[in-house]
Amino acid sequence: MTARLIKFLPWLAVGLLALFPLVGSTFYMQLLTKVLIMAIFAMSLDLLVGYTGLVSFGHAAYFGLAGYALALMAPKYETVSLWWSFPASIAVCALFALITGMLVLRTRGIYFIMVTLAFAQMLFFIFHDTKIGGGSDGIYIYAKPTMKLGEMELVNLEKLENFYWLALLSMAATYLLLHRVLGSSFGRALQGIKVNEHRMRALGFPVFRYQLASFTLSGALAGIAGYLAAVQYGFVNPEILSWHQSGAVLMMVILGGMGSLYGAVIGSFAFILLQEALSNQAWFGAWAKHWQLAMGILIMLVALYLPQGLAGLMQRFGRKPVTEAADE
Amino acid sequence: MDFAFFLIQLLNGLQYGLLLFLVASGLTLVFGIMGIINLAHGSFYMVGAYLAWSLSSMTGSLTAAILLAVPLTVILGMGLERLLFRHLYQRDHLYQVLLTYGLILVFEELRSIIWGDDVHGVAVPALLNASIPLTENLSYPVYRLAISGVCLLLAAALYFLIQKTRLGMMIRAGASNRDMVQSLGIDIKLIYTLVFALGVALAAFAGMINAPLSSVTPNMGSQVLIICFVVVVIGGIGSVKGAMAASLMIGLAETFGQVLVPEVAGMIVYVLMAIVLVWRPEGLFGRT
Repeated sequence: MTARLIKFLPWLAVGLLALFPLVGSTFYMQLLTKVLIMAIFAMSLDLLVGYTGLVSFGHAAYFGLAGYALALMAPKYETVSLWWSFPASIAVCALFALITGMLVLRTRGIYFIMVTLAFAQMLFFIFHDTKIGGGSDGIYIYAKPTMKLGEMELVNLEKLENFYWLALLSMAATYLLLHRVLGSSFGRALQGIKVNEHRMRALGFPVFRYQLASFTLSGALAGIAGYLAAVQYGFVNPEILSWHQSGAVLMMVILGGMGSLYGAVIGSFAFILLQEALSNQAWFGAWAKHWQLAMGILIMLVALYLPQGLAGLMQRFGRKPVTEAADE
Repeated sequence: MDFAFFLIQLLNGLQYGLLLFLVASGLTLVFGIMGIINLAHGSFYMVGAYLAWSLSSMTGSLTAAILLAVPLTVILGMGLERLLFRHLYQRDHLYQVLLTYGLILVFEELRSIIWGDDVHGVAVPALLNASIPLTENLSYPVYRLAISGVCLLLAAALYFLIQKTRLGMMIRAGASNRDMVQSLGIDIKLIYTLVFALGVALAAFAGMINAPLSSVTPNMGSQVLIICFVVVVIGGIGSVKGAMAASLMIGLAETFGQVLVPEVAGMIVYVLMAIVLVWRPEGLFGRT
């Protein structure tokens, strides 16, 4: 009975979140939208770090690229159709992930971390130094995308509720997709590769192709998050693909507990709320400006004492983690 | 491009490459010997530059500032190794990335609290503040030549230390088999502390001597760090020789790139890296 209840829990959570616009204020809806977007981003990275065993430190590249793709495709003052701009931005990310994946997957371990970071920085400098994306100032997205069927307007992202629901839907869809992928034979093979690459190769699995597929899927999913983030902020600049973004999302994955999709969602929740709290001037006064100091110390403490993230913390206090209970 | 102009760019490229080597050699040693990925290595470069700026405005002399600051950075390195990095040797790279990323945030904020967010300049020492005329209107600053000379001296000293001394032998042995070295009665922990402190001091020293050439700015560390990653990837992890070859390569490529093809100069180093990755994924001098 309890096992069933726990299986039902995420649906309940999504249902409650879907009703939030009826009661929530604008500020909290915007904050929650940000959390949902980051949860998609964190889940996409968890596929690489937690399930495929590839520690990427340049994941912001795909996040930012989707934003730039939207900004460059959209006409300057008119709205762009959600129908094609959303899939097109994701496709750009998938393609870029496929190309960079073929290069970075030639390396392992420390090399892999450095090379993913270097490629992300390459993209950063392309947008920062050249005129393609408006240089360091970036590009404004004056009109948010809309979705029309004939003459009828189905979705207008200018409306906060519409945007919130789209983000929630995308998050739920990403979760379901990854859940299916990881449960499939392909997903099992990825987890096998994480544990022992050589053995999987000896068993006849095309390890490189599997890793490349995972890398590409992960880049495409990060693109979903990046597209939504660009719509939310209303502009893109090189900061969205800076390595601080890559570091933050890695922190979300580990904070929640990697190798668990729940964990990635919980991690992004915790991280964003923490960030909001630490930079709250009413609470911390002049120190709020230096919130990164506290965040840095927290990140170091998590790395040293909480390697399993919040999920591990719960375990330590004697409670069973959700995933284990669900299997009973 | 006439010869004098070419010569100036060549010297600039070599000087930049040699400076990169100082930072990258510490990074590659720490990678190669302790198996640690240290994202905060660029922060040491920044700390060096800020120390040079604040101490030289206090004492009035860059030389005095460097003499004061180098021991400080050695102490900083030893302290960090004892307190933090020591706990990470046996851990997954993921946690090393996370811890050193947190350390960057801490260093940046401490810098902001102690020294503020302004951009500063440091004066070239009076003794070296001259230039050698090459043609009627082109000349080359002595200070840049002095930097190149100092870097070459340090590189030679590093080579001698690692290849010819007893300590260097222990360091090399520690890189290939930590447990064996320990069972032979050598204090490997002390060696690790020393190597780490050496890396910190080299990076900080590079920041100090380069302070008069480039301004002292917030976030100056991260830019150097990424280029040093590229250097290490091209040269091969743990190879000091590789770091030297790759540093010079990158230094020249970026300097000439900025003169010949300024629009795509920022990308050249990454294209170089991509080519090396396709051709030799383990780096030019890396062990397979």
